[in-house]
Amino acid sequence: MSDKFEFTPENMAIAQKYIAKYPEGRQASAVLPLLDLAQRQNNNHASDAVIDAVAELLGMARIRVVEVASFYTMINTKPVGKYLLQFCTTTPCWLRNSDEVVEAARSHLGIDYEQTTEDGLFTMREVECLGACVNAPIVQINDDMYEDLTGPQLIAVLDALKAGETPPHGPQIDRQKSAPVGGPQTLNDLDFAEAD
Amino acid sequence: MLQDKDRIFTNLYGLHDPGLAAARGRGDWDNTKAIIEKGRDWIVEEMKSSGLRGRGGAGFPTGLKWSFMPKEETEGRPHYLVVNGDESEPGTCKDRDILRHDPHKLVEGCFVAGFAMGAHAAYVYVRGEFYNEAAALDRAVDEAYEAGLLGPDACGTGWAFDVYVHRGAGAYICGEETALLESLEGKKGQPRLKPPFPAMSGLYGCPSTVNNVETIAVAPTILRRGADWFSGFGRENNVGTKVFCISGHVEKPCNVEEAMSIPLKELLEKHAGGVRGGWDNLLAVIPGGSSTPMLPKSICDDVLMDFDALREHKSGLGTAGVIVMDKSTDIIKAIARLAYFYKHESCGQCTPCREGTGWMWRVLERMAKGQAEIEEIDMLLEVSHQIEGHTICALGDGAAWPVQGLIRHFRDEIESRIVGRKTVAVAAE
Repeated sequence: MSDKFEFTPENMAIAQKYIAKYPEGRQASAVLPLLDLAQRQNNNHASDAVIDAVAELLGMARIRVVEVASFYTMINTKPVGKYLLQFCTTTPCWLRNSDEVVEAARSHLGIDYEQTTEDGLFTMREVECLGACVNAPIVQINDDMYEDLTGPQLIAVLDALKAGETPPHGPQIDRQKSAPVGGPQTLNDLDFAEAD
Repeated sequence: MLQDKDRIFTNLYGLHDPGLAAARGRGDWDNTKAIIEKGRDWIVEEMKSSGLRGRGGAGFPTGLKWSFMPKEETEGRPHYLVVNGDESEPGTCKDRDILRHDPHKLVEGCFVAGFAMGAHAAYVYVRGEFYNEAAALDRAVDEAYEAGLLGPDACGTGWAFDVYVHRGAGAYICGEETALLESLEGKKGQPRLKPPFPAMSGLYGCPSTVNNVETIAVAPTILRRGADWFSGFGRENNVGTKVFCISGHVEKPCNVEEAMSIPLKELLEKHAGGVRGGWDNLLAVIPGGSSTPMLPKSICDDVLMDFDALREHKSGLGTAGVIVMDKSTDIIKAIARLAYFYKHESCGQCTPCREGTGWMWRVLERMAKGQAEIEEIDMLLEVSHQIEGHTICALGDGAAWPVQGLIRHFRDEIESRIVGRKTVAVAAE
């Protein structure tokens, strides 16, 4: 293929560690971890060259790797921006007004799903349930979940990212993870031999 | 209400350190060797008598499932425990909390469950989106190796045991156990025909058992505190404690561990601040993740949250992901969005599911706007029955059930929207 992809020595060491998780002769099991690792090294893009490199390292037919890469939504066979904004709009998020969050991003960034801003910073993508439904609505930005969002809160996060900051992920309201707002109503009467 | 002393997941909300030292302070890894020394048969029997049913959705008795594994390992066919952490059923986010806040319960569970099925290795398949959660589990696994709790002589028992964390990459279908195995083998996640069942031919064709994260994570506590303690909660055949996820139109959405068979109304009012705008503002509840048919308020008033009670109302406990919808909800649109989910996540292998999920979604989108004929409601119901039970895996069923629930309880709403639109059209002429 056109360009060439090579794992950095550090990533090659990680790749070997992944491969070693699986029994002898079953190294194909590492295809998803390696595609993920490789695309991270390649601006979050599983290019043709990335696929070639993974196929070669695992001794798999190229078509088998293509098949896998195209089946799983998190393998980006097309380039994406520096920040991949993954909007969950499945029913639990939709009930908590994910539409407003999506609209806010659309009008703020001037792009739609599967488009990237001209500065290459943001790509918008609609995704299915992210598995954090009690903190809906949720937007996952690269690896991190931003939870309990409103439109203005998401825009504040996007502006912070644009300014080179790392806004804290998790609930964007005053809340302890998946506990109810106002503080946990359970697990308050525990007496551990606390070591922490 | 369940008392804190009887809650298994004491760090559900991440108020405390998930690390090994703190986890030990909460009782994890407390003399695991003693459990192992009681032997494989004792563990399986104790799990059977605890009455634990799988927490991933199907509710199959856990101890019985473990007993299906061959007694002896044959040459070249090692046994595997595979843990399903592909949590993707809309409404469900309990495994996420276990992975990030109580990972040692899962790691210890892997060892005792793996030992009970004669396995020396466990693979934990975590959905790809849970990057930080998988990292938290990785840290717990590393700590367990360093402390000698895992490895060639796990917990000083002489039994070698390894735990490997494997991240997926975005595919709901990989939560189906045989699709998960395919994915773990490095292929597309397309379900396999059963039989053979995984206990005979699972991962790499070897005897395997696939269990949900929560199922495995509760095992050590059950074995430590005893089957009688666990089976003391909930109704017969529906026992134990369970993590419920309460999302949608409640004042305070949250996860909470409660006793099985808790009344739905009590669950919502005690833990989630009640329905937004009060109980009378309730329209319907999806009780166990998106695949379970919704229940209208009249049933919600006194239904119990367990397998049998919900089944009596033609729904199910599923994953205990409770999705609450108040009277402001466009109920047809809510189910149309779920239909889109199933269309998106269908692996494409079986025609009824591949074609049917998209067909149902398109019809529902029209019905949400009233752009349909009354006869199409029965046609939609008929098609949903053509999908149900006619596919390799349960995704087709999961796509059909919410549609059937909608028609069962809200046929009037669909009809009046169609009639209403026609009336407006006639008036405009």
